[in-house]
Amino acid sequence: MKIPEIFEFIRVDERLPHILCPGCGIGSAMNAMVRAIIESGLKNDDVCVVSGIGCSSRIPGYIDADTFHTLHGRAIPSATGVKLAHPELEVIVIAGDGDLLAIGGNHFIHAARRNLDMTVILINNFNYGMTGGQASPTTPQGKYAKTAPYGWTERNFDACAIAQASGAVFVARSTTYHVTHLRTLIKQAIKKKGFALVEVISQCPTLYGRLNRMGDAVKMLEYFRDNTISISQIKDPKEAEGKIVIGVLHDVEAPEYYETYKEIIRRAQAQKHHV
Amino acid sequence: MKKVVTGNHAVSYGVKLARAQVIAAYPITPQTQVVELLSEFCASGKLNAKFIKVESEHSAMAACIAASASGARAFTATSAHGLALMHEMLHWAVGARTPVVMANINRAMGPGWSVWTDQNDSLAQRDVGWIQIYCESNQEVLDTTIQAFKIAERVLLPVMLILDAFVLSHTSEPVDIPDQEQVDEFLPPYNLKTKLDVNNPRAYGGLTNPDHYFELRYKIQKAHTEALAVIKEIDEEYKKHFGRQYGLVEPYRCDDAKVILVTSGTITSTARLVIDEMRDEGRKVGLLKYRVFRPTPREILRDILYRAQKVCVIDRNISFGHGGIFAQEIKSVLYGLPASPPVYSFIIGLGGRDVTPKDIREIIEYTYKEETPAEPVIYRGVRL
Ligand SMILES: Cc1ncc(C[n+]2csc(CCOP(=O)(O)OP(=O)(O)O)c2C)c(N)n1
Repeated sequence: MKIPEIFEFIRVDERLPHILCPGCGIGSAMNAMVRAIIESGLKNDDVCVVSGIGCSSRIPGYIDADTFHTLHGRAIPSATGVKLAHPELEVIVIAGDGDLLAIGGNHFIHAARRNLDMTVILINNFNYGMTGGQASPTTPQGKYAKTAPYGWTERNFDACAIAQASGAVFVARSTTYHVTHLRTLIKQAIKKKGFALVEVISQCPTLYGRLNRMGDAVKMLEYFRDNTISISQIKDPKEAEGKIVIGVLHDVEAPEYYETYKEIIRRAQAQKHHV
Repeated sequence: MKKVVTGNHAVSYGVKLARAQVIAAYPITPQTQVVELLSEFCASGKLNAKFIKVESEHSAMAACIAASASGARAFTATSAHGLALMHEMLHWAVGARTPVVMANINRAMGPGWSVWTDQNDSLAQRDVGWIQIYCESNQEVLDTTIQAFKIAERVLLPVMLILDAFVLSHTSEPVDIPDQEQVDEFLPPYNLKTKLDVNNPRAYGGLTNPDHYFELRYKIQKAHTEALAVIKEIDEEYKKHFGRQYGLVEPYRCDDAKVILVTSGTITSTARLVIDEMRDEGRKVGLLKYRVFRPTPREILRDILYRAQKVCVIDRNISFGHGGIFAQEIKSVLYGLPASPPVYSFIIGLGGRDVTPKDIREIIEYTYKEETPAEPVIYRGVRL
């Protein structure tokens, strides 16, 4: 039997079975990421997958490539170090909403502003999964979490809007229901030169789903299926109200950090010859 | 009222009874249940306090310090990397003399990632100026939480109470939870004389030139020295109200002991059993539980340990490049006494590896038997 190609990127023998809960969406996101890497023509030694701490951040442990499981919130600065040391590597960050938007929120906006070439896959399950379902910056107001037993008082972030406003050149969103779509988006993000974000709306049936009576994983996936709208289909903004908008939300060209850096050096050296 | 609660919930009940007013925290295993229950108390109105789940531990401590400076009783809880991330703010709480109380659930530092217990997180904060109290049981955790606010507010120093991950944090024990009226009698409302007040404006956190800085540090040290008597007094007062007392340190069967073992945290409970067993066999062994770590209870440590022929110290921590931290402290306390007993230093149980009665017995036996320790630091149970 031919071993499916994706297993060339997964540490089947050492690391499986995985630690994710039954029905968790993070595996689907990982699947999409691995397939996107393969379809981009990358080999194991061409990529470095970096994460922080959280359930989503466990993914690099299953990947057969150079991986970095760093500190909670520090995936992006660590990825920055890897990219600066090895500009030839395709650097992919995969982490949760708490990791990238709460404790690591500052890094998120600054990496987007700098436009350093990396792909960030943000798995948004609307709560802190690993620590047991506390509210996160993406928990919608009024929803339930372990630290919000009577409903969450705060408003939530729109990660895509933040990334776009901060200078990211590619911003896209999909869900764990739309796995093929998700794979295509990650592929586009990998190809894009500069800071690219793919937000993955994902189910956490064990915590967020249970606390908010959303049913099991299948029910949550059905919810994603029935409550999403593709950006290309929106003719009137009213159509998007109350829906999760998916697709490529923002795609522009802007000078990438390292390219600009090289250009500055080139100019500085050219000047020297004149002195 | 007796209730079966985990160590984490013992903290939450203590904080509720102490009527904390601002609680800011960020979740981390094994601390989460402390703040989850508190968030419930606050949201349901059972505790008249404001709870905020901030975006990191650094922000949590910043919020607590400022709340405390503005006259609110402030509390947070954390562990390991959360505590490490607070480091800058821990200095600030001391320098600003804000009596914040924090529970730290001892968890090993990564990488290699571990959620299990050891003391390197809290001991790495040894020199920031927080009072540190290591607890042994869930009852002690609850009582120390209540005491901590009173101590902190008397001496204007922040207090960290410390409990072992899982062994206490997630383990249920029967705990006597005092009545609110009783606690109100013991712990008066927080009243900071220098609080931020719009009617009497003050500026906090100014630049301090070399003419003044040194004196501020000296006063912090002086507050620590004075805190020893205050902690003792509050502990005695606590006994009058609630019938329980813990001491700065707790000697156990030390009176005629030839060998005294020094422990902290939950290893103490295991050691107590071993001491009883060995005493039954007619061996002259004793135990000293090191409870208040900062400020150092120098005199009482000396008084108890000085009488032993040998002292052995168990450290569930390591100061890399040196050795066990409690052992260092004990050595420095005993230094200079005529004929002070030799100190045998053992490091064991890092990253939550079990410390069994057998381990403890062998440590005591070794100390008994060997003229001098084979190494300055002896590592027990390392599998190489
Ligand atoms: C400094 C620090 N604070 C807190 C933690 C505890 N912690 C581990 S994972 C996590 C949150 C995980 O949530 P998220 O990033 O949304 O990822 P998920 O588990 O939901 O995939 C937290 C708070 C930590 N490891 N380090």
